Amino acid sequence: MKCVTCRGPAIIDIRRHNSNFCAEHFIEQCQRQVRKAIDEFEMILPEDKILVAVSGGKDSLAIWDLLVDLGYEVDGLYIGLGIGEYSDISLDYARAYAQARNLHLIEVDVPSTFGFDIPNGSRAAKRVPCSACGLSKRHLFDEEAIKGGYDVLVTGHNLDDEAAVLFGNTLHWHTEYLGRQLPVLPARKGFPRKVKPLVRLAERETAAYCIVKEIDYLIDECPMAAGNKHLSYKNALNEIEAMSPGAKHSFYFGFLDRAAAFFAVEASIDREGLGACASCGAPTTSEICAFCRLVVRAGGQLPERTGVTAVPVDLGPKRTGSVQ
Amino acid sequence: MQVKVRLHNPRRELEIEGPITIINLLARLELNREAVLVVRDGELVPGDESLSNDDSIEIRPVISGGAS
Repeated sequence: MKCVTCRGPAIIDIRRHNSNFCAEHFIEQCQRQVRKAIDEFEMILPEDKILVAVSGGKDSLAIWDLLVDLGYEVDGLYIGLGIGEYSDISLDYARAYAQARNLHLIEVDVPSTFGFDIPNGSRAAKRVPCSACGLSKRHLFDEEAIKGGYDVLVTGHNLDDEAAVLFGNTLHWHTEYLGRQLPVLPARKGFPRKVKPLVRLAERETAAYCIVKEIDYLIDECPMAAGNKHLSYKNALNEIEAMSPGAKHSFYFGFLDRAAAFFAVEASIDREGLGACASCGAPTTSEICAFCRLVVRAGGQLPERTGVTAVPVDLGPKRTGSVQ
Repeated sequence: MQVKVRLHNPRRELEIEGPITIINLLARLELNREAVLVVRDGELVPGDESLSNDDSIEIRPVISGGAS
């Protein structure tokens, strides 16, 4: 295999681009794809204060590294979810990367702050662990970004993530989620702008990027995620991709170009009438936000917030489906 | 000697008779090329490369994540 750019020995083939790359030109390709996503979807403005959600895995460390190399100043945010040794090791990787690059990493520990962890809390709350984890992370990402005065929150969602969520939401016609499955969600009161600059890179490429750049990351899968639907959707899409290179890209970007707008109205209705959570002050359509309800259901404690009076929590209906 | 192959999820080690190309090795192990990378001495190994019996490689999964 020869590099498509320099004709030197290639280290990786990217079949959907019908191209092979040497190490140097593969890194350039990753940077080009991230730059293209940022520009095409107007993800980041020059004056933006940027926060990236970091898990210690390949995607979040890759996007942090890519953004820094592209010249952005970016702080990291790590959420400790109390998933035993897995959380301890993932924090080690996030810290090691930040220290090696002299970058600022904010750490929030759910068990010590809210009195529950994901394995036990999700069981007590009768929620799927990945659902409780996702809900907690989204809430805390927003909260920390607003608290720190960040304009934009970056997540490491890649093409495979987006295609798999789209696949699941389409299978079950979660139309309110389809309308929000965009590479950029604009800022609103209580929410930072949320952007996904890796949408043009598959996760095979983000893993390869880390290997080439010698970025140590947590390889092992989260023990709570084993057997979840999201992973099965990814496997199904990879079977299709192997037979038809470019299928995941066509599926996701075709959706953005031709279909996402049809679901925009429903997505906006879903977000109308946002008030402040009576417990934490976060934007919510209910009296108590979903995260505070989870904390109570999981047997945790809501931290005291200045100027907010805690109220009895109504354990309302749970929702299903996937949103990012 | 044979090609030493280290796998994840679950972690295990296999020995496969070489020479064998990466593409053929992955096919033999019924692994999807979209879902893994092959690493030798910390460096990526391209699909058309042939492994010899003194090689030791890692097959690294790249699929990760819950739904959030």
